[in-house]
Amino acid sequence: MPEQTLMKPHRLIMVLVAAVLVLTFAFMMDWAWLPKYSSEIFDALWITIALLVSSIVAGFLLAVPIGLVQVTGPRPLAWLAMSFCTLIRGTPILLQMWVLYYGLGSLFPYMPGLRQSWLWPYLIEAWPYAFVALTLSFAGYEGEVMRGAFKGVPRGELEAAHAIGMHPFTILRRIWLPRAVQRVLPTLGGELILQLKATPLVATIAVVDVYAIFGRIRQETFIIYEPLLMLALIYLILAGGIAFAFRLLENKLPARG
Amino acid sequence: MKIKSTLFALAVAGYATAAAAEPVRVGIATEAYPPFSTPDATGNYTGWEIDIINAVCEEAKLDCKIVASAWDSIIPSLTAESIDIIGASLSINEERLKVIDFSNKYYQTGASIAIGKGSGVTPTPEGVSGKIIGVQSGSIHQAYALRHFPDAKIREYQTQDEANQDLFAGRIDGTLADVLVLDEFLKSSEGEICCNDAGLVAADVSIHGQGVGFGLRKGNDELKSQLNNAIDAIRANGTYDKITANYFNFNIFGE
Amino acid sequence: MATNYREMSAAELLSLEPPGWGGALLDGLVVSLQVALLGYAIGIVIGLGGATLKRSGGPVARDLMSVYTTFVRAIPELVLILLAYFALPELLNNVLSVAGFGRIEINGFAAGVLVIGFVQGAYATEVFRGAIASVPVGHIEAAHSFGMHPLRIFHRITIPEMLPAAIPGLSNLWLIATKDTALLAVVGFTELTLAARQASGATKHYFLFLLAAGGLYLMVTLVSAQLFKWLENRVSRGTRYA
Repeated sequence: MPEQTLMKPHRLIMVLVAAVLVLTFAFMMDWAWLPKYSSEIFDALWITIALLVSSIVAGFLLAVPIGLVQVTGPRPLAWLAMSFCTLIRGTPILLQMWVLYYGLGSLFPYMPGLRQSWLWPYLIEAWPYAFVALTLSFAGYEGEVMRGAFKGVPRGELEAAHAIGMHPFTILRRIWLPRAVQRVLPTLGGELILQLKATPLVATIAVVDVYAIFGRIRQETFIIYEPLLMLALIYLILAGGIAFAFRLLENKLPARG
Repeated sequence: MKIKSTLFALAVAGYATAAAAEPVRVGIATEAYPPFSTPDATGNYTGWEIDIINAVCEEAKLDCKIVASAWDSIIPSLTAESIDIIGASLSINEERLKVIDFSNKYYQTGASIAIGKGSGVTPTPEGVSGKIIGVQSGSIHQAYALRHFPDAKIREYQTQDEANQDLFAGRIDGTLADVLVLDEFLKSSEGEICCNDAGLVAADVSIHGQGVGFGLRKGNDELKSQLNNAIDAIRANGTYDKITANYFNFNIFGE
Repeated sequence: MATNYREMSAAELLSLEPPGWGGALLDGLVVSLQVALLGYAIGIVIGLGGATLKRSGGPVARDLMSVYTTFVRAIPELVLILLAYFALPELLNNVLSVAGFGRIEINGFAAGVLVIGFVQGAYATEVFRGAIASVPVGHIEAAHSFGMHPLRIFHRITIPEMLPAAIPGLSNLWLIATKDTALLAVVGFTELTLAARQASGATKHYFLFLLAAGGLYLMVTLVSAQLFKWLENRVSRGTRYA
């Protein structure tokens, strides 16, 4: 976009319309429940953010080898990684979560010794399943992206590094990986927002995230619209924050060449 | 854009309401809630409550259509006029009476806790202290647990079926729910393996209310009196007892 | 009187005839595909309109489009479904009653179609915008100089020439549409995922039915991917002759 002034006449009108809408919502609707639930909302918001950040970090760490082996081989590993991506990308994440949580759970009573194992305290909590499901999902989608990114790094750069006697692992660490990450960075912000939009599904496996807390508010107060609007606003703010952070980050980094 | 999406909404909604809203839509929950309502593989629901709904509708000469919807949003579904009657084991209590109306009760039971064998949970505030107790989100049992069990770890499920499943998996120490529903679970092959009954919790009328009735929109008085008359009639003519005998060996109408 | 599902084998449980739940799963699949297909179609219409607006509409239209895409990208589909299911009917009925029309109802099916169409529209706008940009300006100008009507240019030149560039994106959107239908399970609309959930709840065979549903989704994905690949080959072949 060429530079343009932000404040054109029609934009002013749009801002005015938005302001009128917001004021109408703020004053015409019922917000008396908000103070009573504010601490619970913040607790739940924290859970949403924690799940988002942890699953993205872990998912990305998984995505790197998943993308890499599909480019380098060996064949069986490449095939395995490809199947994993197909499986994750080919089925709804809601179903994946339920398979992990309820599917596995239904088998627990038939696994003797499980309750004595060190894993048990984690298996009885709900959040580990949410974390694993979100992580695997992100790894599946981002693994596919990383495959393209690894493939897209110009061969010449890798060959040059090889020619000056760099160790293959050093090439990966110093050149291939940074260049691939640089290539995916512009789309990463979008992927993060997609992941954010997947987080409310954890409410269906007994995790009290921000979506779940608003479900409880709707049930306890019997107010329908206000909590839904507030919830939409919270996600808008979170997504806006992610988009803004990535724009800053992109401007900081040198343009890709 | 706004206008455009509204037009689409109309087009799609037109498709959705091809059969004009003539029949009375009775909302029930989608999930299995035995012995009151359980879906079968043909997409139909069976159970004590379904039989009662059908008997009441027949008695009141209403053309009823059973509509399954998510339990946790069944009251909004009623107020948004997606359904006309709630027949989903909804207890009549003060909180709910603020937003919707109810018919007279058609059954009344207590609440009890089913526990994993050896978990040592008892149905008192002290007995659940530090234990993980599963409840159905939006149910009276959730409200009860939040008020009376401050020292328990309360875990919320979208459906009671999921809470039962997690009790079987061993993820929770107990679940607080309708005693009849828990009895049915404890009688099942899973329930027999994993769990037993810890007994009834002390009643709290302000939460447990005055039994289970049909939920109605406020001001729908004609439908309300039709339902009330029909409930009285099937109780008087023996239909109610006949249906009940198929599922329970005692009277579940309560006093 | 209840069916004893414990004793049944996997084949019996998945059989198409009740008491097997295979038929219920397939019915759910059909419903899912219907919702996805209708939502997808709406999305494509919105996308074509949106891309045209973004390219050649006025500044107001462009800004409104940005507001629309921003909202869709930021708000989870699950929240949009709840809004469509609970808030939209109320809003529409208020408008309709002012205008003197009767009430309308938005059931799970309509809410699903609307939301998927609304969401797909935003992403499809981007797909088409990029694809239209790939059509050489010269072709359109040439058609102009022949005196072709703009609408005719759109459907004779722009659409056929942009399709090769649009199809990968459209294929991706279709896969998203099929998977997004699963979210309707949360509002209690019986599509494939909820059917699997009900089957597993009633039979207690959670693993079996959830995996079976997963297998069906995967099949839809794989078959669709093949179809789109075939389609892509076809339309690209077409452009080489053009």
